[in-house]
Amino acid sequence: MQIFPCPFCGARPEAEFHFAGELGKVRPDTVAQVNPEDWTAYLYAQRNEKGAVREVWMHTTCAELFMMERDSVTMAVVASKSLRKVAS
Amino acid sequence: MTSHRTARTALIDRSKPLNFIFDGKPFQGVAGDTIASALLANGVRVMGRSFKYHRPRGPWGAWVDDPNAIMSVSLDGRAFPNCPATTTPLVGGMQVRAVNAFPSAQFDIKGGLDLFRRWLGAGFYYKTFMWPDWHLFEPLIRKMAGLGDVSRDVLDGYCSDQVYDDCDVLVIGGGAAGLVAAHSAAVAGQGVVLVDDHPVLGGGLHQRTMVEGIIPAEWIAAQVAGIAAAGGRILRATTAFGIYDHRMVALAENGPFGTAPRLHRMRAGRIILATGALDRPVTFANNDRPGIMSIDAAGEYLARYGVCVGRRIAMVSNNSNADAAQKMLREAGADVLRIDPSKGAFCAVGGKHLKGIAQNGTRTAADTILASGGMTPLVHLWRHAGGKLDWCADRQAFFPAAAPEGMCVIGAANGTFDLASALDEARAAVAGEQILRAATTYRLSPLWPEPGSKGRQWIDFQHDVTLKDIELAARENYVSVEHLKRYTTLGMASDQGKTSNMAGLAAMAAIKGKPLPEVGTTTFRPPFVPVPLALYHGGHGGQLWSPLKRLALEPQHRAAGAAMGEYGGWLRPGWYGGGNAPELIHGEALMARASAGIVDASPLGKIEVMGPDAEAFVNFIYYNTIKTLKPGHIRYGFMLTEGGVIMDDGVIARLDRNRFVISCSSSHVDTVRSHLEAWRQDGNDLDRIFIHDVTQHWATITIAGPKAREIVRGLGLDLDLSAGAFAHMTLREAQFDGAPLRVAWVSFTGDTSFELSIRRTGVAGLWDAVTAIGKDAGAGPIGIEALSILRAEKGYIMVGKDTDGETMPHDLGFGIPRLKKKTAFLGDRSLHSEKASAAGRKSLVGLTVPFGAVALPTGAHVVEGKRSAGYVTSSYDSPTLGHPIALGLVENGAARLGESVEVWHLGAIRHATICAACFFDAEGERLHAE
Repeated sequence: MQIFPCPFCGARPEAEFHFAGELGKVRPDTVAQVNPEDWTAYLYAQRNEKGAVREVWMHTTCAELFMMERDSVTMAVVASKSLRKVAS
Repeated sequence: MTSHRTARTALIDRSKPLNFIFDGKPFQGVAGDTIASALLANGVRVMGRSFKYHRPRGPWGAWVDDPNAIMSVSLDGRAFPNCPATTTPLVGGMQVRAVNAFPSAQFDIKGGLDLFRRWLGAGFYYKTFMWPDWHLFEPLIRKMAGLGDVSRDVLDGYCSDQVYDDCDVLVIGGGAAGLVAAHSAAVAGQGVVLVDDHPVLGGGLHQRTMVEGIIPAEWIAAQVAGIAAAGGRILRATTAFGIYDHRMVALAENGPFGTAPRLHRMRAGRIILATGALDRPVTFANNDRPGIMSIDAAGEYLARYGVCVGRRIAMVSNNSNADAAQKMLREAGADVLRIDPSKGAFCAVGGKHLKGIAQNGTRTAADTILASGGMTPLVHLWRHAGGKLDWCADRQAFFPAAAPEGMCVIGAANGTFDLASALDEARAAVAGEQILRAATTYRLSPLWPEPGSKGRQWIDFQHDVTLKDIELAARENYVSVEHLKRYTTLGMASDQGKTSNMAGLAAMAAIKGKPLPEVGTTTFRPPFVPVPLALYHGGHGGQLWSPLKRLALEPQHRAAGAAMGEYGGWLRPGWYGGGNAPELIHGEALMARASAGIVDASPLGKIEVMGPDAEAFVNFIYYNTIKTLKPGHIRYGFMLTEGGVIMDDGVIARLDRNRFVISCSSSHVDTVRSHLEAWRQDGNDLDRIFIHDVTQHWATITIAGPKAREIVRGLGLDLDLSAGAFAHMTLREAQFDGAPLRVAWVSFTGDTSFELSIRRTGVAGLWDAVTAIGKDAGAGPIGIEALSILRAEKGYIMVGKDTDGETMPHDLGFGIPRLKKKTAFLGDRSLHSEKASAAGRKSLVGLTVPFGAVALPTGAHVVEGKRSAGYVTSSYDSPTLGHPIALGLVENGAARLGESVEVWHLGAIRHATICAACFFDAEGERLHAE
């Protein structure tokens, strides 16, 4: 079982976390026309990278989303950061 | 049978005899014995039968590397299947029975199966039992296959503790290298845990006469005392059976026989592996006979249990380790002869009773053959953690190469078979120095299976995989080791290839003419040894597995005779009264239509969304337009996934400009809350929207029926309840008994209906008042079952029951926001995909059956020929209407009203007619009745 660092609660077991998506995916503006390819890419296309990844996770016990950098091969966790700070 | 117990100093207590039964006969062992050592001491050789051919088998190993001697053990009336005889401690009073043998391992009636071996080669069942249908043969084959029988009795109290623990350094293996590593690390001030799977520490040291100048027992005691004095912990009889991410090591700590092992989830800062090595079998004709065992096993039986396994022993070895074993066995009184395997092909002679060994036409009499094909480092845990392996030609073995982070390996597990070098490695590992594998005095000449050689030569003893099976697999192109394994079942026995894998890989390498390392190994996966499922399960049963949510009014429901059941994670009244459930449920439904039903609706979700940006947020979250909702008003709507599929439905109330209450399905509250949080935090100003799940803070009582208004009036609230003043789909705030009360006029039954929500702590008084007033009006409590019927009569859906993973709102007749809503909302673009816009989508309909027919089964398919065109989602006998009703999702259903369809269920076809998904008061007159 992995240990993830919630920026608010500290190191906690992975069972308390939900994967929320790869970082950097932007919802298309659906008031305008969105072509099927773009919408499909938004819904389903994942980069699924090998090695260093940046992802959004939710710590379900505090309900906070945050960004986590980790290695998808070694499972090493490099860093985690509140998304609030990323946004500002 | 005379005793094979010698006078040699061993780890047993000869003053404590233990009586036990094996295959119906009485035997005696001593404290400290395993089942296998006690039987060997008594001269018993045959301890089991092989899986396929039912060949007689005795132990090959003395510990976890034995695939042959597996027992069903009863103790004090409790039965435990599949106990390895070599690792199960002997307890007085045990009744032991060999598995896969009847009536005994010695005389097994299926022993004759071996005569049919010609037809039972690798993959025989894939080839033989295909026509006409495998399923005809499967029950018989399943009955014949397998090991011990699982008792149907539940073992009370057989429950594993699960412990979370951590340490600076975890040392796995309590042999010489492990003891020194743990001692050095503890003295250096590190928090050390040492685990070893034997009850007595020392690993292979007990076979030696001296260690660093003193006898092994004293040397071990000194290390143990040193570890303890420096604050280290030692877990004996504890197997590290898996290494998982971030250096979490799973440990199974065995207690007394018959108790569930304890699971430690040990998080280690560093892991030092000192797991040792196994002696591997030699492949020769009839090498599976009882009385053929590993040289190391013979050493262990003698050193630990004082058992000399044979009197006249033939020793076949390709390596230098045999010399010490030969000396020890001779000192114990055995005749030991060496057979040089390089001098020509050899085979075992004899059946159940071994007679000797023949080489180049010369037969040597022997009652025991000890074999060693070389040492194989135990690298299982290393591989679990992602460590790499290298092939060492000198040692003819795979041994550890590049290390995973925070892990190192020392001693025999590292291919370091010399004691002094192993101890140096242990000290270097603790000091953090680089471990350089030292030169070794260990010598061996390669000794691997020779394809094409004569006789039946066993590779996997338990599963009866022979060299010929490997050759067959190669001919049929099952060449990759992973294919070879699955086709022949090589390495799939309960020892998971500890004895068989190397020989199997070497055989395949020889057949294909490749170097062994190019063939590669199969994947090493946890658990290292079989562990009971109870270990994973732990205490997570019953209430602890999935704790039920409890109603504040549970005592009142129980007092009213409620049949409580789990509905969406809550313990709720299904119906009231102790009699015939269908009659009671129908009675409750009829009462609700005639006067009113009183429902404890507290589990209904109540998620408050507040703040200046709350309006825009809920308008985005909902399929329906919410921003036009006025304070005090309520709207029914859907939440969709981005894929456009309905995630939840329910009403949303606007309390004031910046405050909404989302009333989601009882069982979806946690999901909806996470969903809202995830979107709230996606680009919004988090200081302008707040989400609070107050489901458990407020209790809700719903009064539904023609007399609902009269009953609520009886509460004397300061509220004008007339239809003109209090409209359907509005909400008023009032006071009951000095506490805030929210009164919502919404209906889930089609009748006038008020939801009264009050602080959880104040709900008992409200319930007493409502039920007392209701009683005078002929109304009373109804359970969730009656409510389900009432809502289905009206065609009100339950998400997840009347919708599936494809259902979009326009499939339910809610198509307007899809076409008209101007602002962005979740799932909007998906509602216009090719599939979402396709003709013939499944839509919600009602289904009726011919007069007098019984209700359709839920899940039955509407069929067109052999094709499913939809299915029944809800089906009830409607007491209100006096006939069955059903809801379903049917292709193009909304356009097929009045059409007769065929409904298939379990092979039978019935007829039904499609109708609108509303069976009761379609005009809504009752809903708005004064």
